[in-house]
Amino acid sequence: MSKLSTSSSEIDLDRPNIEDYLPSGSIQEPRGKLRLRDLLDISPTLTEAAGAIVDDSFTRCFKSIPPEPWNWNVYLFPLWCLGVVVRYGFLFPLRVLVLTIGWIIFLSCYFPVHTLLKGNDKLRKKLERGLVELICSFFVASWTGVIKYHGPRPSMRPRQVFVTNHTSMIDFIVLEQMTAFAVIMQKHPGWVGLLQSTILESLGCIWFNRSESKDRGIVARKLREHVEGADNNPLLIFPEGTCVNNHYSVMFKKGAFELGCTVCPIAIKYNKIFVDAFWNSRKQSFTTHLLQLMTSWTVVCDVWYLEPQNLKPGETPIEFAERVRDIISVRAGLKKVPWDGYLKYSRPSPKHRERKQESFAESVLRRLEEK
Amino acid sequence: MGSASSMLTQYDIEEVQEHCNYLFTQQEIVSLYKRFCQLDKNAKGFISADEFLSVPEFAMNPLSQRLLKLVDGLNFKDFVAFLSAFSAKATVPQKIELIFKIYDSDCNGKVTFNDIIQVLHDLTGSFMSDKQREEVLSQLLHEAGYTRESYLLLDDFVKILDNPGLKMEVDVPDD
Repeated sequence: MSKLSTSSSEIDLDRPNIEDYLPSGSIQEPRGKLRLRDLLDISPTLTEAAGAIVDDSFTRCFKSIPPEPWNWNVYLFPLWCLGVVVRYGFLFPLRVLVLTIGWIIFLSCYFPVHTLLKGNDKLRKKLERGLVELICSFFVASWTGVIKYHGPRPSMRPRQVFVTNHTSMIDFIVLEQMTAFAVIMQKHPGWVGLLQSTILESLGCIWFNRSESKDRGIVARKLREHVEGADNNPLLIFPEGTCVNNHYSVMFKKGAFELGCTVCPIAIKYNKIFVDAFWNSRKQSFTTHLLQLMTSWTVVCDVWYLEPQNLKPGETPIEFAERVRDIISVRAGLKKVPWDGYLKYSRPSPKHRERKQESFAESVLRRLEEK
Repeated sequence: MGSASSMLTQYDIEEVQEHCNYLFTQQEIVSLYKRFCQLDKNAKGFISADEFLSVPEFAMNPLSQRLLKLVDGLNFKDFVAFLSAFSAKATVPQKIELIFKIYDSDCNGKVTFNDIIQVLHDLTGSFMSDKQREEVLSQLLHEAGYTRESYLLLDDFVKILDNPGLKMEVDVPDD
């Protein structure tokens, strides 16, 4: 990680050298006098390209690995059928009922509190926090979720942010059940967006739009303001920027790590024993995803609140982000890949190609000098 | 082997294997099919240029556009045939043939000075000037006994590149 450019708001300029991570065993540093053969031999570059066509670590991050079917034999199959009947015919309606009750309670308490206590901010906020934690518990109950929390509960202190790996939007619900975080998220369409603009707004949540590049400056400012305020709910950030399949972790964006405050890592690992909690937003809407969870036996996951970290002297925000990603990945058993999650939505910047071109050009010119 | 099916029959596998001159094992063909279906997002039966470019490691490659010309829109059989040059079992002349195809962009069986300059431009970008590229190539051609006006044929490529040998292999993962 030798060449790190000065920090800029470009998301693609602030990456550690990808070449350090990518398999490039086939490219040795060529030596000796340059010959025609060396110029014409494009086999290393072609090998890399073909290797990427055959398998690449980026696509692996977003692959939903289907569970192995187990209902193979004469008694397991009827058992499984019975299970389906129980899940869809009994559990699911019960869960819908629980969730509906939860929403009724929530909405009937929330709106009075929100409008009537307009003057008394402190009390209002406290009640709203409690109510959001309540509705999240209802959500978790609607999957009969088994969530084990390890480590000290987050406390409300200024100048700290929480970062965690991202598998699905239910990460937010799982964490929110315990502590009323303010979260920074992508603005979604549909009923989720409605919830975002009304209720979650009161928690102090911050919204952004991935596709708006101007947004980044505004968001950075909002982050800073939020963190300074002593009274604000602790801020939760998903530095990966997108949902990953809980087997890998993609690069963390440095935004959370250059606010000059303590970063508290949280690791979330879902147990796929009954259902895969990865929300493949390309394949299903959030509603479908929720329904899938609600018709499974249960959602099992572990949440670890890890030791708060600070920027070490001489460490850049990117190195800090990588260090924290390491801590979280080790705890949650995730493999690290050197990709920016936003590559799901856009092409890689020409900078990467340029680095390869630069290194080849340099090698040619250098060897030309050798006689 | 229809475009919508996601299961290969034994007949299909054997057909594909024959088409690629048995350079891949049956297991490798099954794995490649899984990969093909993964990249071909709406089961059209071929992978579009855009879908190839959605693999960041491929998009960052300096020769990606040239490769795309050869691989865009191929059905599975031809996709495997294309990749067979990268099999460990492929001979060096077979690999060199692919390299030749990359250079010979107008497919006339001859690689000119200009063809090589074009590829060199892709590989070095703005880090060498046109003049530098031409000078280097001229000098090296001259040292190897050719001139700027020479056409290089496949046999020339084999002679130049197969010395001391060429390594160009990818492993097909089996999960």
